Amino acid sequence: MSQTWATSPSEILLKVAERAAGRTRRTARRRLVLISGLTMLGIAIIAIVGAPLLVRASPTALDVLHPLVPPLSPGHLLGTDQYGRDNLSRILYGGRIDLAIAFGATSVTLVFGTVVGLVAGYFGGWIDNLLMRIVDLFFAFPFLVLIIAIIAMLGPSIFNMFVAIWITSWVSYARIMRAQTVVAKKQQYVLAARALGYGRLRVMLRHILPNTASAVIIFSMVDAIGNIILAASLGFLGLGAQPPTPEWGTMISDGQNYILSSWWIATLPGLAIVFVGVAFSLIGDGLADVLRPGDR
Amino acid sequence: MSRFGNLPRRLVHLVVLLFGITLVTFFLLRLIPGDPALAILGSSYTHARATAIDISLGLNKPIWTQYGLFMDRLFHGSLGYSFFYNSPATTVILQHVPPTLFLVVYSAVLAAVISLPLGFISGLRRGGIVDQSTRVFFTISFAMPAFWLGIILLLVFSVHIQAFPISGFGSGFIGHLYYLFLPALTIALGFSTVLVRSLRASTIATMQAEFVDTARMKGISRARVLRRHVFRNAVLAVVAVYGVNLAYLISGTVLVENVFSLPGLGQLLVNSVSDRDYPVVQGVALLFAVLIVAINLLTDITQASLDPRVGQEIGE
Repeated sequence: MSQTWATSPSEILLKVAERAAGRTRRTARRRLVLISGLTMLGIAIIAIVGAPLLVRASPTALDVLHPLVPPLSPGHLLGTDQYGRDNLSRILYGGRIDLAIAFGATSVTLVFGTVVGLVAGYFGGWIDNLLMRIVDLFFAFPFLVLIIAIIAMLGPSIFNMFVAIWITSWVSYARIMRAQTVVAKKQQYVLAARALGYGRLRVMLRHILPNTASAVIIFSMVDAIGNIILAASLGFLGLGAQPPTPEWGTMISDGQNYILSSWWIATLPGLAIVFVGVAFSLIGDGLADVLRPGDR
Repeated sequence: MSRFGNLPRRLVHLVVLLFGITLVTFFLLRLIPGDPALAILGSSYTHARATAIDISLGLNKPIWTQYGLFMDRLFHGSLGYSFFYNSPATTVILQHVPPTLFLVVYSAVLAAVISLPLGFISGLRRGGIVDQSTRVFFTISFAMPAFWLGIILLLVFSVHIQAFPISGFGSGFIGHLYYLFLPALTIALGFSTVLVRSLRASTIATMQAEFVDTARMKGISRARVLRRHVFRNAVLAVVAVYGVNLAYLISGTVLVENVFSLPGLGQLLVNSVSDRDYPVVQGVALLFAVLIVAINLLTDITQASLDPRVGQEIGE
């Protein structure tokens, strides 16, 4: 295979230049992925937080004279539901619960799971064994089933939804972080830090954590999508937000009854979920490329 | 070290895990704040009924005795008594197993059919049309809630095109296949996202392996190398991913059964939550957990029997 051997210095230079050009182009595209994800999420957050400034109609105000108005009607850009409530307003206000779950539930499980994984991986021995058996135990249940069971016992409410997610979904972070820590522990920079006599806490937090955190941070973006879908799923099953509180999942559930006549009630909140989900997905992909460039 | 060298240790872990599962499901019931009898009875609370429930759940005994009783009953195949259905919880749960089992197997097969060609071609022609379009499609479908996708499929294929029934389980094997196509497709699409991505990655990795070059240099045709050497090894790497995610697929059935009103375990679980039928909730959670442990064990065994390296790597 002669083509892999460069025959003259100029050819080598050409190849190097080509590769460099390819790399910068890819870097630019990576940034573009991250930036477009952040932009989409930014738009969603501004629209959802600034809902009172954007829409006049209240999300719970009934208008019995105008039920099931199709989208693009005057006064109701996205139509109304079976009680004449404005869909746009309900989608924007409803997003508050889903975004709160995305950030509130994910950040707590991210921090807790990371700490557990770090401790298990660094100390090893019986601590590692005990913690990882607990993690295995949680992985034995399908998350949704376990969360539904916990909510069944605590009673359906938004707060209990948070509690159920906090109890169950730290385990993924613990598993990822443990694997990262076990590898990092044997690397020279950690050995060097320990040889310098630094305490365990310092080695864990100042040396291992900054070098391994990218994995859990990238995973947290995927997890945030999962948590939004989870919140919507519980709402859909009637185990999350309770009516008349607007929430994307409960809106889809309401709309399913009118699917034959009024398609927009069930489909539009789902598009909102997809929009926010794709935003997190793009941010995750972008972060993966920026934080760990060697992987692809 | 033998091929199944780490299996004995796995089995010990398994027993510990099963023990832990019974602990979790048992203590689930203790999560109920306040008086469980009051929570179960609600407005139909009378002192006599409450005492009956306390005795039935064993709440008048110390907690470890209660756990002992729970385990004793479990070994005798009893999960307690369902006040709502007025029959043993085991009977109620077993009645709802067939649709869920059928749906799980159906969607697992469908997912394999969808993702094997897509993932393999995406990996072979990186950046090609198939690769780009599957990437875009699955990025979007990853953000779709299963129940919403189910409703959209209903809207398109049952309401507008009227090719598939809106709900129901059908009768006979062919009937099941027909009635459960849309639910199974809904779950399979969600499942495929992960499969396509990992098969693509493993195909790319396999293509760079030296044995592929060796095979080509020996004069074996490209098609044969792809089929016999690349595809087999790439799929091997995905078996573990398939098994692990099969477990999560079960979560999908809970939602999809509720969209398509299938009389399976998922619908039973959700209905039991609103009926406050705690023994059934407990039993379904237990059953799902045991199912997942079984799937994971099967995955390990399959992997070890397909790939002689697996047992040795973990065994050391």
